[in-house]
Amino acid sequence: MNEKADPAQADTPDRREVRAMLPGTFYRKPAPDQPNYKDPGDTVSAGDVLGLIEVMKTFHQVISEHDGTLGAFLVDNEDPIKASQVLAVIEEG
Amino acid sequence: MAIGKLLIANRGEIAVRIIRAARELGMATVQAHSDADADSLAVRMADEAVEIGPGPARSSYLDIEAVLEAARTAGADAIHPGYGFLAENAEFADAVEAGGLVFVGPSGDVIRQMGDKATARQIAQDAGVRTVPGSCGRVGDVRTATSIAERIGFPVMLKAAAGGGGRGIRIAGNADEFPGIAAQAAAEAEAAFGDGGLYLERAVEKARHIEVQILGDGKKFIHCFERECSLQRRRQKLWEEAPSPALDEEVRRKLCRSAVALAASVGYRGAGTVEYLYDERQGAFYFIEMNTRIQVEHPVTECITGIDLVAEMIRIGGGEPLSIEQDRVAARGHAIEVRINAEDPANRFMPSPGVVGDLRIPGGPGVRFDHMLYEGYEIPPFYDSLLGKLIVWADTRPKAIDRLKRAVGELRIGGLKTTAPLFLALADAEPVRTGRVHTGWLEAWLDANAGALSEQAGNGS
Repeated sequence: MNEKADPAQADTPDRREVRAMLPGTFYRKPAPDQPNYKDPGDTVSAGDVLGLIEVMKTFHQVISEHDGTLGAFLVDNEDPIKASQVLAVIEEG
Repeated sequence: MAIGKLLIANRGEIAVRIIRAARELGMATVQAHSDADADSLAVRMADEAVEIGPGPARSSYLDIEAVLEAARTAGADAIHPGYGFLAENAEFADAVEAGGLVFVGPSGDVIRQMGDKATARQIAQDAGVRTVPGSCGRVGDVRTATSIAERIGFPVMLKAAAGGGGRGIRIAGNADEFPGIAAQAAAEAEAAFGDGGLYLERAVEKARHIEVQILGDGKKFIHCFERECSLQRRRQKLWEEAPSPALDEEVRRKLCRSAVALAASVGYRGAGTVEYLYDERQGAFYFIEMNTRIQVEHPVTECITGIDLVAEMIRIGGGEPLSIEQDRVAARGHAIEVRINAEDPANRFMPSPGVVGDLRIPGGPGVRFDHMLYEGYEIPPFYDSLLGKLIVWADTRPKAIDRLKRAVGELRIGGLKTTAPLFLALADAEPVRTGRVHTGWLEAWLDANAGALSEQAGNGS
């Protein structure tokens, strides 16, 4: 997923921001009755799915580009989000 | 009951279309809308607007109580459901009528009958309309299922009884592979729907999608000829035309007559569409389903017949009889509609919401653009990607395709990626020009031409 760099909020080597590639609604789990893809403290590998964005009745996976530990989600499940909004932070570890 | 004030329980281009029809009929219009649609073109055009909830459709356009409350607040005496959302929800139709209002469409009972696939199939058969050869309901154990499949003829489709919308379908090519695929399909259906029940239908290969527009007032029923919608991606129609280039006059007459027989058998009221698969090699058509609402692609029928389908369904809702006799319905020329979606055909049809920049609307002879756009409008992310429909008419099909190219070329929608460039490429594709397509054709063509579409985008269009 291509996320545009934002110089005002540059990532540091030990703190990577995961940004929304599309506006829409953010989901932390594949379906309402299933567990979250990731929770804070979980190990994350590049390529792991962190959540879904629903836009125009289609679903798009948010995929991590980095290895590390999931620090925090900055949005809640089912929150409306804007394109390039920071969704989560991955800490190098 | 004569309608004085009509509430539109929908959004986007169809809301605009309904407002136009109602206004020509002298009615006041009330636009029900979510907070995300407060700046929509339909809200700006309607006489009044009532907010019914937040952006996600389940809390607004699908909230039956909120829609009814908006109608009461505004003093509307009728509700037009458009397409999608609550348009084919029988409980909604019942609730509107129970509230003393007019539902612009058929009765809740007819919606219910046609919404149940097995019931609809039975009604079609009883009306003498051929359905795809298949099992009568669910099949039992694998041995019985195999013998039914052999009787139906291969290839055969295994469909989940609890599935729908294209989900839970597998195809078996012959009797040898049938038992294995049947076991797998039952397990998948059990996992996906909690119900492993299957039914069988013959797979009609290289079928064309042809549908008949009907109108009824509960006593009289007419057809307005057919539309062909074979150019689909993931079962979503992208290009529709009328008439179908595949039918000869005799097949057309039989097809349209069968749709009228079906509508009459349920005492249909309003505008509806009977959908068929057409097997060109056999010259045979098979009922698939009936849509009990106005359809997205209705304008191509309006272009060749001159009938205002939306106005007619509203008048019928208000208790008036059909204003047209069957022998006065004549088709003239050829019309094509293409769907301008906010999706990027050069990048796997990725959605492209955003703010509308420079806007240039095509015009000139034989061109119509039904849309929801204005410059500076921010497309909300909550709904489907349809921005508008570009419709062209000409006296022959080749001229209509040439006119389509001209009109798509005029269209500019700044700030968004749209499906428009796809239609320029399709208009030059030989199978499209000669009309030799089927429902699987477009996806194969897209796979083969993905590179060319990306390149076209890269050259700046």
